[in-house]
Amino acid sequence: MTRTHPLLAAWAWLVYAFLYLPIVVLVVFSFNESRFGAEWTGFTTKWYGVLLGRADVRGALGHTLEVALLSTLVSTVLGTLTGLGLWRYTSRARAAVSTLLVLPIVIPDVVMGVMLLMFYAAVRAGLERAGWTFDNGFWTVLLAHVTFQISYVALTVRSRLSGYGPELEEAARDLGASAWQSFWRVVLPLAWPGVLAGALLAFTLSLDDFVVTYFTSGSGFQTLPVLIYTNVKRGVTPDINALSTLLILVTVVAILVANALLRPRGKG
Amino acid sequence: MTPRRFLATLGPGVLWLVVFLVLPALIMLGYSLLTRTDLAQVGPPWTLESWGRVIGYDALFQEWTGDNLRVLWRSVWVAGISTALCVLMGYPLAFYIARQDARRRQLLLLLLIIPFWTNFLIRVYAWIILLRPFELVPSPMATLLGMVYAFLPFFVLPVYASVEKVNWSLSEAAQDLGATPARAFWSAVVPQTLPGLVAGVLLTFIPALGTFVVSDLLGGAKTALVGNLVQNQFGQAGDWPYGSALSFLLMGLVLLGLWVYARVAGRRGLEELV
Repeated sequence: MTRTHPLLAAWAWLVYAFLYLPIVVLVVFSFNESRFGAEWTGFTTKWYGVLLGRADVRGALGHTLEVALLSTLVSTVLGTLTGLGLWRYTSRARAAVSTLLVLPIVIPDVVMGVMLLMFYAAVRAGLERAGWTFDNGFWTVLLAHVTFQISYVALTVRSRLSGYGPELEEAARDLGASAWQSFWRVVLPLAWPGVLAGALLAFTLSLDDFVVTYFTSGSGFQTLPVLIYTNVKRGVTPDINALSTLLILVTVVAILVANALLRPRGKG
Repeated sequence: MTPRRFLATLGPGVLWLVVFLVLPALIMLGYSLLTRTDLAQVGPPWTLESWGRVIGYDALFQEWTGDNLRVLWRSVWVAGISTALCVLMGYPLAFYIARQDARRRQLLLLLLIIPFWTNFLIRVYAWIILLRPFELVPSPMATLLGMVYAFLPFFVLPVYASVEKVNWSLSEAAQDLGATPARAFWSAVVPQTLPGLVAGVLLTFIPALGTFVVSDLLGGAKTALVGNLVQNQFGQAGDWPYGSALSFLLMGLVLLGLWVYARVAGRRGLEELV
């Protein structure tokens, strides 16, 4: 089974080199003394210091986490309910809802971003007539994130439950459980791994999102991806290398932890 | 099931998506039919001008210049080449991973997932750092490299999932019956990986077609794609009606791609894709 052609192996390792070369170069250059240019002028950790001193970076980090945590909470509740509904009903409504849920996943994010930008502008215009006003910022970004997260949670929960039939719930009801009891004691425990996986996915999507945030955040509210983008547009600075390196480190640690937690223990 | 319980489960999610997805789409449709009155302002009269520009008319809707179709063609072309390069790099890789023993397979998948979960902007930015010394940013080549890099894991993971399920005894049977290894691979193995292959192609092609980040940071003005055009209408150009019409074009292309996929893989496949 492990017999593979040496050419195939060589190809595979080339592809891995391609995947890791830019990341390695980025990490190495975050320790480069030189402010400009690409030549190596000596090892330093000063860019990490510069980074920690930047108030905009600390602010963006806070915004990123606030939006990610709150949007994950909201989308996990809504998505779990939707996923349960998809599991429970086998009707034409289910097909229609499935199609609706696929849309946020397949629509290009730039389209989703500008669509919400115009939606907020239209709502603002309407509210202004009633004397109300709001600016794009935390709330508009939060609502936008929930919109693309719901689908992922719902589909994860549904696929987790797809092996079980609705008779499980009916059996609980026959044995005297109320609707609430069967939900809390039977259905939710079964769906739980799917709920957690969906929440993790939603959280990651929120942390990673640049495009939708960019269009819905207005001028005064930045998340880390938006901050990286605006800095890169102005020209490469070594403290952004340091920021990127730290974020890559967080990603690697998160994946290793998730991997250790999800690995099946023992055999059989 | 009672309607009340139906509303309690599917209701809130559906309501949310209607308010934040369907309603915005309708508003975008309205905006695409209005006129730009001032920077980022729209108003009457109702007109098809923006849609005319989408199919290649000039801004005054007088003369057909094909300008926009050139951008569109370039976008499809760039997305197509990136996807082809992903197939070239990723398809053999999926086979290599699938044929390792369990421990190594786990490790190789982990190595694939790390870039996949790394922030998209950082992955694009890393190429600026890497290519800048060679004065390759901005260039069309940098755009292509960035796209392949950004979307390769999206391609490999679904392909790997179907390669892992391949029934190799079919290939052995074909060879027992006299097929060359190449022929056996082509007729007995490749068809089994087709659903994963099509899913991988779509998961690469669709984001490549819609992206503006990669071409914006790595490509420069000459490699502007539909995504850049959309972004520009909502940024500097401030032409929301034209941007809206372009967005519908982009959505139309994506839905067309999905329709093709649904024809190939069936309804089941479409549900597996997401």
